[in-house]
Amino acid sequence: MDMSFSSGDLAFREEVRTFIEDSYPRDVANKRSRGDMTRDDMLAWHKVLAKKGWVAPSWPSEHGGAGWTITQRFIWNEECARAETTPLLPFGLSMVGPVIYTYGNEEQKKRFLPGIYNADDWWCQGYSEPGAGSDLASLKTKAVREGDHYIVNGQKTWTTLAQFADWMFCLVRTDPDAKIQAGISFLLIDMKTPGIDVRPIITMDGAHEVNEVYLDDVKVPVENLIGEENKGWTYAKFLLGNERSGIAGVARSKKAIERLRDISGSELVDGRPLIEDGEFSRKISEVEIDLTALEVTELRTLAAESRGQGPGPESSILKIKGTEIQQRITELTLEAMGNYAFVYAPRGKDEGNNAFTPGPEYGIGTAQNYFNMRKTAIYGGSNEIQHNIIAKMVLGL
Amino acid sequence: MDFSFSEEQTLLRNSVQSFLRDKYDFDTRRKISASSEGWSQDLWRQFAELGLLAAPFSEEMGGLGGTAIETMIVMEEFGRNLVIEPFIETVVLAGGFLRQGGSTAQQEAHIPGIIGGETVWTFAYAEPQGRYNLADLTTTAKADGEGYIINGYKCVVLAAPWADKLIVSVRTSGGQRDADGVSLFIVDKNADGVSTRDYPTVDGRRASEITFENVRVGADALIGEAGKALPLIELVTDQAIAALSAEAIGGMKELNDATVEYCKTRKQFGVPIGKFQVLQHRMVDMFMAYEQSVSMTYMVALKLDESDVERCKAASGAKVQIGKAGRYVGQQAVQLHGGMGMTDELNVGHYFKRLTMIDTQFGNVDHHLSRYSNAA
Repeated sequence: MDMSFSSGDLAFREEVRTFIEDSYPRDVANKRSRGDMTRDDMLAWHKVLAKKGWVAPSWPSEHGGAGWTITQRFIWNEECARAETTPLLPFGLSMVGPVIYTYGNEEQKKRFLPGIYNADDWWCQGYSEPGAGSDLASLKTKAVREGDHYIVNGQKTWTTLAQFADWMFCLVRTDPDAKIQAGISFLLIDMKTPGIDVRPIITMDGAHEVNEVYLDDVKVPVENLIGEENKGWTYAKFLLGNERSGIAGVARSKKAIERLRDISGSELVDGRPLIEDGEFSRKISEVEIDLTALEVTELRTLAAESRGQGPGPESSILKIKGTEIQQRITELTLEAMGNYAFVYAPRGKDEGNNAFTPGPEYGIGTAQNYFNMRKTAIYGGSNEIQHNIIAKMVLGL
Repeated sequence: MDFSFSEEQTLLRNSVQSFLRDKYDFDTRRKISASSEGWSQDLWRQFAELGLLAAPFSEEMGGLGGTAIETMIVMEEFGRNLVIEPFIETVVLAGGFLRQGGSTAQQEAHIPGIIGGETVWTFAYAEPQGRYNLADLTTTAKADGEGYIINGYKCVVLAAPWADKLIVSVRTSGGQRDADGVSLFIVDKNADGVSTRDYPTVDGRRASEITFENVRVGADALIGEAGKALPLIELVTDQAIAALSAEAIGGMKELNDATVEYCKTRKQFGVPIGKFQVLQHRMVDMFMAYEQSVSMTYMVALKLDESDVERCKAASGAKVQIGKAGRYVGQQAVQLHGGMGMTDELNVGHYFKRLTMIDTQFGNVDHHLSRYSNAA
């Protein structure tokens, strides 16, 4: 057992830190929430990393992976969080990309992986439906084969950033008579195809992140089917496992705790910094200790993964604890801000509205971040579903 | 011992309920909040016509002689409908200061305008460095000839964009956080030297930052005795906390009802999700959090006239209870509604946001835990 960094690791940290300092696009450096960002802003860092060859470190080397050890990946994530770089969009890099290189044919790998790697294509995830949330397998969007095409009809929802998407990976029902998991297929759909209608859903914090996607007689060529027809559930589960392993957000949470400490050092209670208030400082310590435990749990998971034991149901721990910690930090930040937490900062739906936002700069959007982060216990398989997975798959209940 | 409402109180609740059912549905509320004014003066006048703005004032002052229970009833119903209009700011806070600390001349000059729905008021007390400490004041008033000159800055003054008049807490003597030396002044919002910048709040209301630059007021603008206002401020904000608790239980009630209903109808895995025991227990906890909050809301309304220590413990105790319960109920209502709970379209998120900010208003759980501990 060893948790220390080798001299090689430390040199790697220096290298990536310097690279981030030199190469992170300055004009997006001040934009903290997605609500403040344009499509190009969200892709700027991705494109820099693609050029450097660091955008998809865990991919197989023939498709551009960096060949980093898990320690190096850990260090990389930490340095990115430390510099508060724009989080990379997961839909291509960590969701559909691995599905394509694992289950796609050669033609599909050639056709789609470079576009994902270089961010030439923006991907979105066509999973949830109005009637199929936690019970994803009950999805109803159907694809009927007609010659060289599938004709797709149905509705997807909570589709994150679909307003920018070029492609959607989509779960569809191809066999209505099979057992529910057995009749699902995994299709790649060009968002420019006639019959697709993307409608915004505004969330309670005012942001436009998610959408409804309506599919009306959408023609999808059969060569866009991943793997075998009716085997889509296998690929979908593979993808969800990957989604969960990235979801802990440890490095970002560390940075958020650091920010919370800074804020608590500036906010005053009876003339003294809030951080000197024993009760509040203990609350920060408590979440930090939770995060330390999660960090080591994640490292243990990654170590198992590097020995070839792919992300198992234990990754549900990372999802549950990771999101609880993220939510707790935003909650404490809201508490730290006191009265100025009331201020509404314009978001997506208020485009072009430069409203007055008083109070310290570090507090802008605090309550809205807290509201927005409630989503984390709902998306990616709700935390209740994650509990079910652990109960069934790990504890054998 | 009797927790039942009188016939008049039940009538009051029924009339507020039916008025809001007809005129303040969620769509109307959304439109009011998004309008350029951000509130409805027309509805405010109708509240006056219904007699709601007269409730806590004595009959000699032209009011209905109601108690804290009448205010509680009105605010609970307002909470259920997410009413935006400044009842707490105008009637409970400003009305409370004038009623309990104002001179006869001040009462005669100002209370009829409140009761009639003609003038809107708010209380400008918070300052950036002061957090929730009502005595931590850098805004000053200096005696000058017959009157005073006010200088300073007030932050997050809720409802100020709609207000005609302000009651401003200032320091007339003593150190920045001394209990002695705090005074209250009535200031016209359009007086020379008062400048405001308005903005929306995350719970769908409006607030202002207010700068006072050499604002001259007459001696008749002082409420009560110079330097002795802190006990009155504590009393009136405790009354506002009682009203806020009532608003909170109204919101929690709506969220709990909506959540139970949703879990009965939303089907996943072939059954209504309310069949899952883990969600049943969650909803039971939400229900208990609400019931405990109702108890504390009744308790504080009944103890507002007791000794300062008893009143302070009752108000801070209620504020802690509704802060914790509001957070739990709000968070779980969103969680159990799933993605729908996150949307701007559904009312659930709006109740959650309001409950969150109710915890911040007049001091959050931590603040009132300390205040409660120090009062004992």
